[in-house]
Amino acid sequence: MIPAAFEYHRPKDMAGVLAVLTQYGDDARVMAGGHSLIPMMKLRMADVPHLIDLQSVEGLGGISVADGVVRLGAMVTQHDIIDSAELASAAPILRETSLQIADPQVRYMGTIGGNVANGDPGNDMPGLMQCLDATFHLVGPDGERTVAARDFYESAYMTAREDDEVLTAVSFAVPQGGYGYVKQKRKIGDYATAAAAVQLVKENGVCTAASIAMTNLSDTPVHSVAAGDALVGTSVDDAAIKAAVQAMLGDIDPAQDNRGPVEFKRHAASVILRRTIERAWSRA
Amino acid sequence: MKDEVTTRESRVDALGGMGCKRKRVEDARFTQGKGNYVDDIKLKGMLFGDFVRSPYAHARIKSIDTSAALALDGVIAVLTAEDLRPLGLHWMPTLAGDKQMVLADGKVLFQGQEVAYVVAKDRYIAADAVELVEVDYEELPVIVDPFEALKSDVVLREDLVAEDGSLPDGAHGPRKHHNHIFTWEVGEKEATTQVLDSAEVVAEETVYYHRTHPCPLETCGCVASMDKVNGKLTLWGTFQAPHAIRTVVSLISGIEEHNIRVISPDIGGGFGNKVGAYPGYVCSVVASIVTGVPVKWIEDRMENLMTTAFARDYWMTGKISATKEGKITGLQCHVTADHGGFDACADPTKFPAGFMNICTGSYDIPTAYLAVDGVYTNKAPGGVSYRCSFRVTEAVYFIERMIEVLAIELNMDAAELRRINFIRKDQFPYKAALGWEYDSGDYHTAWDKAMKAVDYDGLRAEQAQRVEDFKAGKTRKLMGIGLTHFTEIVGAGPVKNCDILGLGMFDSCEIRIHPTGSAIARLGTISQGQGHATTFAQILATEIGLPADSITIEEGDTDTAPYGLGTYGSRSTPVAGAATALAGRKIRAKAQMIAAYLLEVHDDDVEFDVDRFVVKGAPEKFKTMKEIAFAAYNQAIPGIEPGLEAVSYYDPPNMTYPFGAYVCVMDIDVDTGEVDIRRFYALDDCGTRINPMIIEGQVHGGLTEALAVALGQEIAYDEMGNVKTGTLMDFFLPTAWEVPNYETDHTVTPSPHHPIGAKGVGESPHVGGVPCFSNAVNDAFRAFGLRHTHMPHDHWRIWKTANELGLHG
Ligand SMILES: Cc1cc2nc3c(=O)[nH]c(=O)nc-3n(C[C@H](O)[C@H](O)[C@H](O)COP(=O)(O)OP(=O)(O)OC[C@H]3O[C@@H](n4cnc5c(N)ncnc54)[C@H](O)[C@@H]3O)c2cc1C
Repeated sequence: MIPAAFEYHRPKDMAGVLAVLTQYGDDARVMAGGHSLIPMMKLRMADVPHLIDLQSVEGLGGISVADGVVRLGAMVTQHDIIDSAELASAAPILRETSLQIADPQVRYMGTIGGNVANGDPGNDMPGLMQCLDATFHLVGPDGERTVAARDFYESAYMTAREDDEVLTAVSFAVPQGGYGYVKQKRKIGDYATAAAAVQLVKENGVCTAASIAMTNLSDTPVHSVAAGDALVGTSVDDAAIKAAVQAMLGDIDPAQDNRGPVEFKRHAASVILRRTIERAWSRA
Repeated sequence: MKDEVTTRESRVDALGGMGCKRKRVEDARFTQGKGNYVDDIKLKGMLFGDFVRSPYAHARIKSIDTSAALALDGVIAVLTAEDLRPLGLHWMPTLAGDKQMVLADGKVLFQGQEVAYVVAKDRYIAADAVELVEVDYEELPVIVDPFEALKSDVVLREDLVAEDGSLPDGAHGPRKHHNHIFTWEVGEKEATTQVLDSAEVVAEETVYYHRTHPCPLETCGCVASMDKVNGKLTLWGTFQAPHAIRTVVSLISGIEEHNIRVISPDIGGGFGNKVGAYPGYVCSVVASIVTGVPVKWIEDRMENLMTTAFARDYWMTGKISATKEGKITGLQCHVTADHGGFDACADPTKFPAGFMNICTGSYDIPTAYLAVDGVYTNKAPGGVSYRCSFRVTEAVYFIERMIEVLAIELNMDAAELRRINFIRKDQFPYKAALGWEYDSGDYHTAWDKAMKAVDYDGLRAEQAQRVEDFKAGKTRKLMGIGLTHFTEIVGAGPVKNCDILGLGMFDSCEIRIHPTGSAIARLGTISQGQGHATTFAQILATEIGLPADSITIEEGDTDTAPYGLGTYGSRSTPVAGAATALAGRKIRAKAQMIAAYLLEVHDDDVEFDVDRFVVKGAPEKFKTMKEIAFAAYNQAIPGIEPGLEAVSYYDPPNMTYPFGAYVCVMDIDVDTGEVDIRRFYALDDCGTRINPMIIEGQVHGGLTEALAVALGQEIAYDEMGNVKTGTLMDFFLPTAWEVPNYETDHTVTPSPHHPIGAKGVGESPHVGGVPCFSNAVNDAFRAFGLRHTHMPHDHWRIWKTANELGLHG
């Protein structure tokens, strides 16, 4: 559990970060909270000759809610999210999710940027960001661009982000209606056996919009359009929930691991999604 | 005088002796980060060792190329078996009478096995160099299943097969197959078969107690320092038995024992993992001898989980018979024990399966038979007693599951079945069918107290309602009631039948009273969190009448402490605690003579009273122990040597047999397999209670480790012999989050043969807790036809059980 030697860079601004990234290419990598990257380096599964610490880079923090848009700087920690009164009222699903990530020590360090950029299907934020139809803000040597969270994930640890790009923020429209993030895990600090993010709108007893995403049930987060569609126009009764669950099962592709075989995960995903929908509907 | 107005009660309180909730004296340094663990030791010029380990579970080593590693700046040496061979140290003896490769000698037998040892100027260089050692492996067929091992043509241990293909006897007699280690039989085979064949009711079940690991927070490690000038070797390490380590090091290295000093500093938990000797110790000693400077070796978490001693891995097949009314008539148990690539179990020499023959449990079972077959597989060696006396948790798990299965067979309540089969109070000392003589017990009283405390009948009524509700579709949660009555066998042990590597399992205490009335006592044991510095001072305070706060307890330095066999198997209080009391009594006997001299009366005319000797019938005439201590050093007393010291070596006449009654109530979500422990009641009877607060802490810790094992903690392998649970992400170590509230309770049935009647408690909660949690899971499904499902009861396995019972509709 001892990493290979590396050079440590701690630039003060984004230009400094990009300069190191440009100079060393594949050999350089940014670090946010380090709680995914450092374990990988210690296991020698990640070889990072040039480590760029983002902690001192200006302008990567801050939570703002303005004009119906929530914006989180990449270096906002999970603890910051839990702590923010503004977020608790504008997008309570973020707090609910963050409280189910790891433990307080990890949450003091782990960032939203690191969590979504990591590309680990076990991370909880990517599914949530897909549910919320978030936008990821990237900057690279060729300037800034945005990528939709729903288009960002390609396969495990492979994302639309180029190696020389840095994620600076995530943003999304203030979510409407009822919400829920339910996660089954074996213990504190564990990644999900199955988790679901649901955000839905109820008008006159009818669901008018629904967004559903699943965590750790495929090699990327799974935004199940069909599952959301199955709820829209219904009163979210048992039949509608069954249809949504059925649709979701068509979109996930879980792998066997120590949490259990595929069959169990599919069952757990069904149960968790049902509970999440019920919770969201009850809050809508 | 102030003393005269002091009441007896307040004098007792002032001592902080036995029975009081004295605060742990260790905690000040631990809670302030001032402990001194092995990895805190930093010596001038110290080098670091690190292992090249096998990625394969079974492979031949064709070549090892160390040149690139040696070329790295800062690398001092790379040791392989070839370097150790001339010293005869490429293999080492195990505690189980087998031998184990220190560094791979031509082949590897488990994933993570030590192949080469790199010595470098710092840890980082050592870790880099490990990557540069090139090993050419030729993979061999892997066997991870002990039943397959006994049928397979694949020979795991060629070194144990003679040239003509015959199998020489092992340390425990004849071997049946080249992958077979021993057969151990206890009890009456024929008679048991007869009883079972003619019984009215027989229940049969196979109970697998999965492989797991003690996983102490601090991993194993050592610092070896050979002083070439004076020829002395000092070895600091995470040793649960420092004296035994000194003797082993002397025997295998040839260094005279007086030239070896072994020191166990603060130890961050042991739970059996730190009893044995590991290749890291041998390599570090050799490296220090070769380089002439100190060498440190510290395992990382994965190395600890993958290579140092595991626990359990017992396949136990049982048959239990009874009359129609539920009176048990016989018990048979056969164990297939997976020992991994080397037999490195830590058991007393004559007990290759430990005290598995305590498997008749708390019950009066007239006829019984046990046979254990030890088997080699391509898994890590070990088989230590993880928070239990030797294989006692396996035995208790087995019998407590068999009782439940028998209750199902009889269609009887499992609490009642236990009650009618308990050994009665008047039967003690009780000679069990498998040989042990239980010292004392009062099981019915404990059981009835437990049943009353939890309102057992009320719980069963609630459970019945829950089953109705479940069937009616009103709930998806089932309720499980877990019961356990365990009897432990701890305090190894009598030298006549207990030894490790020929060293009798006595223990010791040496006391020196200082002139001003304070004292130091040294013991042959070593605390790893048990709080010895607190409790042994309490024993002494009561025995010698000096305040516990004035008594320093020191352990773990073989140059100063008397010889002892260390701390594991709940043996410290039963053995070293007895030595402490008896050494204290020697002090008191001499103090009595001094007091009589000072009071100018005959020895028989004074008597001990809390903290002083008083003249019989004249309580105003006395000498306090403090005064007596001073007199021992400043007065010439005719016929009495100066000074006040004593040493006692205690060879226990018998084991002690703590027991307890536990109840667990849980709710199980049949859809997700999640478990919610609503209630856990633990009644422990550990005989005389030295410090109720420490007992409670031990019970909480042991129950938490029991919860871990029962509900998910395991060392799992895939069919290629890869460890699937090598990090704490997958190896379950509970935190405050997963731990329920525990209710503790007690009865007190002193041990009749122990000087203070104490029996030991550190392991009871683990031994009793595992079956209690497991029984609760099994019980939840009893109404739906389940007889038995294996641990660990993690989510998916519980889900699978529910699924197989058709509960998912
Ligand atoms: C014990 C433990 C339990 C955990 N449990 C959970 C859990 O249940 N759920 C969960 O979601 N997570 C969990 N985590 C992960 C934790 O939340 C991490 O902190 C998070 O995934 C990554 O955030 P970080 O800031 O630590 O990123 P880092 O580890 O610093 O980086 C992770 C990756 O993202 C890249 N990266 C980081 N920031 C940027 C950026 N701004 N732009 C581009 N690339 C970037 C890095 O180069 C690296 O490849 C756990 C971690 C631990 C140690």
